Amino acid sequence: MNWRPGAPQARVHRARLNAALRSFLTARGLLEVETPILSRGAPLDPGVESWRAVAPDGTAGYLQTSPEYPMKRLLADGAGDIFQLARVFRGEEQGPRHNPEFSMLEWYRLGYDHRRLMDEVLELVQTVAGADSAWIQPRGPVRHVAYADLFQAALGLDPLSCSVGECMDVAQRAGLNIVGQLDRDGWLDALMALVLAADFAPGKLTMVFDYPESQAVLARPCAHAPGYASRFELYWGDLELANGFHELNDPAIFAARCDQDSERRRRNGQAIPAVDGFFAMAMRSGLPDSAGVALGVDRLLMCLLGETDIARVIDFPWGRA
Amino acid sequence: MPSYSTSEFKSGLKILLDGDPQTIVENEFVKPGKGQAFSRVRVRNLRTGRVLEKTFKSGESVEAADVMDTEMQYLYTDGEFWHFMVPDTFEQYAMGQVALGDSAQWLKEQDVCTVTLWNGEPLSVTPPNFVELKIVQCDPGLRGDTAQGGTKPATLETGAVVKVPLFVEEGETVKVDTRSGEYVSRV
Repeated sequence: MNWRPGAPQARVHRARLNAALRSFLTARGLLEVETPILSRGAPLDPGVESWRAVAPDGTAGYLQTSPEYPMKRLLADGAGDIFQLARVFRGEEQGPRHNPEFSMLEWYRLGYDHRRLMDEVLELVQTVAGADSAWIQPRGPVRHVAYADLFQAALGLDPLSCSVGECMDVAQRAGLNIVGQLDRDGWLDALMALVLAADFAPGKLTMVFDYPESQAVLARPCAHAPGYASRFELYWGDLELANGFHELNDPAIFAARCDQDSERRRRNGQAIPAVDGFFAMAMRSGLPDSAGVALGVDRLLMCLLGETDIARVIDFPWGRA
Repeated sequence: MPSYSTSEFKSGLKILLDGDPQTIVENEFVKPGKGQAFSRVRVRNLRTGRVLEKTFKSGESVEAADVMDTEMQYLYTDGEFWHFMVPDTFEQYAMGQVALGDSAQWLKEQDVCTVTLWNGEPLSVTPPNFVELKIVQCDPGLRGDTAQGGTKPATLETGAVVKVPLFVEEGETVKVDTRSGEYVSRV
């Protein structure tokens, strides 16, 4: 047992990074906001598990997995462009790239679509990386690639129509053997995380956009590409840094996706958390046209400092917290 | 046997995979932010020594392997089998050349080794980290060469061949690190 904080060097850089992130966004007119860490409801997204918190009197709530729901309630109430540096919690996520508690920068832009927000995310990362001469900057030009083109070019797979069997064949050829049953989206996740991203150029930024609608989460459907949603992800090398949407604001599609997510959770044997009724009401009252993104601050710090273990940038990582 | 879920995976865990006992060498949690979680593990087959990469969907379970390390004294070999004994119980086990692998070259009678049992059958043997063995054959070293730090091959009483400094002579006993196969000192 060691009581001492484990990241004395990164601590100073973290303070500078937080300041640089705040200064970038406030200079552009975004308002910094705060929302509750503890809520009565949690998202149904089967890919994200919430920590449950229980008070002595039995009252139960959930620690936020992102500040998305309350921030969108602010948007629906007319708060305008907003950002937040939040602490978020994800169940059972621990490894060299995961700590169950981490820092997330989330921001929303009124009137933006995901393409325009992608440009701003890249500007933020490039500007902030130049804020301290000790930091590593992303190398060379940014690669932009549509999710479908990535799968087609590298693996010859069409993400919308490929069968589980085809995914398995492709995975096997790539040397990937998986124990356990996966559906098509599970296989696409495996190929993305373990095969495709592993080949992204080290030190360079890759922007992947237009994800299959089955992985849309809260992104609106693409107007120009049926079956795809207006979602993007930014990678630095093979490390996933940010996830953004042209925000879904159609309450009917939201309700349908909630049903699908509950059904997937039931099939997977996952717990179904209490639903955030306020968020659904805000959706129905009208969410303004906007794009939003969440960026993992600890991971950005890892990239800037050239660290490969997230515990090296957190003073009290889980296990020592 | 009990089974382990992916959330219990850690290095050193002994699991049954593809019909063979394997030990987890490395375990990494992999998960896209909004997607399926996986455990990517490197496992070493305890029977063949082969290391292999495998990915588990999170939440999968795998059977534990009934593998146990036991201290045993090496008794003797009859040419076909190597015989070991548990000092406390006098229980004896015999191992063939295949299971023994490279360990055979370090085994000296009476030495205590770690024998790995799987379902009660010997699977492999780990010799002591350091053994002291007599040199049965090596060329005489030339006096003038001692400062050069050169080495020469020496055959030990168990048949192992190690590189020793030129000043070491036939008939002497030397200490050897069995993990690297390197000479440590004269005894």
